[in-house]
Amino acid sequence: MTARPARPVDTPPPGPRLPARRGVELALLFGAVLISVLGYIDVGLARQNAVPGGAARYGTGLGVLALLAHLAVRFRAPYADPLLLPIAVLLNGLGLVLIFRLDLETPGDPAAPTQLMWSAIGVALFTAVILLLRDHRTLQRYAYVSVAAALALLIVPIFFPAINGAKIWIRVAGFSFQPGEFAKVLLIVFFAAYLAANRHALAYTGREVWHMQWPTGRVLGPIVAIWLLSVGVLVLERDLGTSLLFFGVFVVLLYVATGRTGWIAVGLLLAAVGAAAVGHLEPHVHGRVHDWLHPFDGIASGRGPSQLAQSLFAFAAGGMLGTGLGEGHSYLIGFAMKSDFILATFGEELGLAGLTALFLLYALLVARGLRAGVALRDPFGRLLAVGLASLPAIQVFVIAGGVMGLIPLTGMAMPFLAQGGSSVVTNWVIVALLLRISDSARAPRPAAAETGVIARTTPGGRTPSGSRSRSGDPSSSNGRTPPAAGREDSGGAGAAP
Amino acid sequence: MIRCVRHTAAFFLVLLVALLLNAARVQVLQAGAYDDNPANRRSALARYGRPRGDILVGGNPVTGSRDSGGRLRYERTYRQGPLYAPVTGYASQLYGTSLVEHAEDGILSGTDSRLAPFPLWAELTHGRQPGGRVATTIDPAAQRAAFDGLGGKKGAVAAVEPASGRILALVSTPSYDPGALSGTGSQTTAAWRRLNRDSGRPMVDRALRQTYPPGSVFKVVTAAAALDGGQVTDIDAPTDTPDPYVLPGSSTRLTNEDEAGDCAHATLRYAFRVSCNTVFAHLGVEVGLPGMVRAAERFGFNDDGLKIPVRVARSVFDTEMDRARLALSSIGQYDTAATPLQMAVVAAAVADDGEVRPPYLVDRVLDSRGRTVATASVEPPRQAVRRTTARRLQELMTDVVTSGTGTAAALDGATVGGKTGTAQHGERGEGTPYAWFISWARAQDAARPAVAVAVVVEDAAADRADISGGGSAAPIAREVMRAALR
Repeated sequence: MTARPARPVDTPPPGPRLPARRGVELALLFGAVLISVLGYIDVGLARQNAVPGGAARYGTGLGVLALLAHLAVRFRAPYADPLLLPIAVLLNGLGLVLIFRLDLETPGDPAAPTQLMWSAIGVALFTAVILLLRDHRTLQRYAYVSVAAALALLIVPIFFPAINGAKIWIRVAGFSFQPGEFAKVLLIVFFAAYLAANRHALAYTGREVWHMQWPTGRVLGPIVAIWLLSVGVLVLERDLGTSLLFFGVFVVLLYVATGRTGWIAVGLLLAAVGAAAVGHLEPHVHGRVHDWLHPFDGIASGRGPSQLAQSLFAFAAGGMLGTGLGEGHSYLIGFAMKSDFILATFGEELGLAGLTALFLLYALLVARGLRAGVALRDPFGRLLAVGLASLPAIQVFVIAGGVMGLIPLTGMAMPFLAQGGSSVVTNWVIVALLLRISDSARAPRPAAAETGVIARTTPGGRTPSGSRSRSGDPSSSNGRTPPAAGREDSGGAGAAP
Repeated sequence: MIRCVRHTAAFFLVLLVALLLNAARVQVLQAGAYDDNPANRRSALARYGRPRGDILVGGNPVTGSRDSGGRLRYERTYRQGPLYAPVTGYASQLYGTSLVEHAEDGILSGTDSRLAPFPLWAELTHGRQPGGRVATTIDPAAQRAAFDGLGGKKGAVAAVEPASGRILALVSTPSYDPGALSGTGSQTTAAWRRLNRDSGRPMVDRALRQTYPPGSVFKVVTAAAALDGGQVTDIDAPTDTPDPYVLPGSSTRLTNEDEAGDCAHATLRYAFRVSCNTVFAHLGVEVGLPGMVRAAERFGFNDDGLKIPVRVARSVFDTEMDRARLALSSIGQYDTAATPLQMAVVAAAVADDGEVRPPYLVDRVLDSRGRTVATASVEPPRQAVRRTTARRLQELMTDVVTSGTGTAAALDGATVGGKTGTAQHGERGEGTPYAWFISWARAQDAARPAVAVAVVVEDAAADRADISGGGSAAPIAREVMRAALR
């Protein structure tokens, strides 16, 4: 990527006209729903030798949701990436199939209807975001509102009783949800806005220590404080998976924003120190680490196989091709089989082949998100896209690595797949935001494509419409390009509302 | 910035590769070890997740499956459970399998690779075939006759077809219903506990797994050794045996049972017919330890590896002992021990001109659709004794039935040979002795014998004087032979 020559003011760039590809999206959505319906039928045939009654109900439900989401995208984000929505529907559909399948093992406690309801709420929120949020840059203005809300959401569960050792739940009127899930998105909005506004200060000011330029405390202080606060709260609540996730996304964003490899070194160092400290001091984590290193100790000492051992048994039983939907015995995992351990059912019944396909689906989702970020011009949007895409990437790695014995187990939900309302809803919002960003990135409208908004002004303040951007960072060859290289902005029609 | 996003993407790619490699490790490389972990209940769940194949007797299943609706879903049922328990054994969710259920478990549960449509099919799909069927060699009529004959008494019967080695009957009493051990409920555990505590030890398969001192029925082996070794050339010539016989190298005087008559210097024919201890003890010493061991082992003693395919307990003839003990061993006492099946094989070898055919219980293995997957591999016969020796032994054994201690086994229209036995057991022989009878029968118009039987009755309730092979065991053998001849 090299810097392109600046264009004269007021001349809209021609820009390659990308096809909208809404038809492709619709076709893929049809395929995604079809695969899910075939999944229900397969489960039913395997278990009861009959097409299950749920097949039509869930298939129709999923199809209607997919269609609604598609219509919203078609009318309000016509240039959005055509792969994102079908991937989300397929993952959500597969998750429903697996939960429906596991419900057969717990007749008194069906989770699929609730999950479908939450999926509907998720799609409703998705639609709302697509319809109401016309430009992702609007979010930049609410950076501080976001962070306040996020911290509040993180702190509230402290006042609620712990469930299964973690104080991450709020239980109101029979409904329970994890506010930390929603906090993820809000915090990323804040991080993206703050870093977009302060990235040059972070990269080029401050003193040099150990051959590395450290930013001034004034710039770095607030964001590190917020990050430490959120991670601290999560550690307090014993939600180690999410704290690890926040840490990872934060380091990635810091690196992308400043272009400084040193942040990765610092991040890894901090992670190592933190992990060692927590692993030693916290008995809960200490147990997890021990279980990871010696998954079969419980068997030898007569306590029976641990959840991790049962999970490994499930994956092993799947082998290359899997036992087939409905024909595995992953219910032996027991508690958390529909949530944290849902991947074990996937691995057992669809095998290594299915698991590889699943991982590739997630990889495609992440790659498409990152790509939308790359195609964007404004740093906030780019950081937002990278942050949102990093969420599922790190989350999938942490939970899949955990249930398969690659890393110590931390309780987290497989995006879209696992039972959990807050998680599904949050993931739908993430996909909505990525779609909105990809629409901006791919839209031929010059305004949307070219308007870089600086947030040098306070986040939350109005960016003057049509004003010239000072730090459009057009070439983006690397983050060290001095801000002065910012190119003339075309300004214009569709900038900020 | 874009460069950094690309780096991030590359980093995520590394994470993806790590996940995939780890998945391959767990699901392929280490899958076998995880599958075999004893704490992994999947094999039990898969095993009982579908109906188990049936065991057939005379072409009809003696087993069945009941859908319990539970996790370990299909429970085994047995038709005429106590009658066939010494053949089928049990298949229990809680206590595993035994006997044919155990030996042919791969076929019955569907994991045997012979059931798969293509080689490596099972390995690739991790799937199970529907359970196959196992056809036994048991003759239902002979089995029933043996079971009814033993009645309430404690004992065992084994019957084989001499010309082939097919096992026609295996009965052990008191018996039990293996169906009581199917399932997972408290009834099952209660049944297991009750059966294990029962002083009658109903779960012991006395025909295959229990060894008894064979007593006088072992005299067939001793006579065979003496005839084969040339120690006796004329069965009607007097033997040089005093009565009582002082065991060599000791002061122990061996006597005969009262009814044995005049055993001093008796001929082999006479000694066999009335079962003289002195004559056979002396003969064994004359044959010598190597000769006796060789003769016993040719009939199948001291064989650890006999599988029919159920593992059979080892029948013992000591290979190291002094001459006094050799004398006792030669009349089936001291450490000599035999399973009823082993003694049936001895009778069969005599009946079939000295040829020993390894006994077998499983005739054919079928898949779920009834196609034969495998048939019993019949091993070539071994010549246990010379043909002429066998002919003389047949003569001796028929004498026992026509005019000796085994007249209760005589059958119209058939040539029957037999040998009675009354075996002392316990430290000094103070326990109630075991009554033995081994025999064979050939229909008058047939060229080869149809059946060889061994019966042992260990009836503790009976008066000691009444216990004799001829009185208690021979009538049972007669009914088994009658059923087999039909």
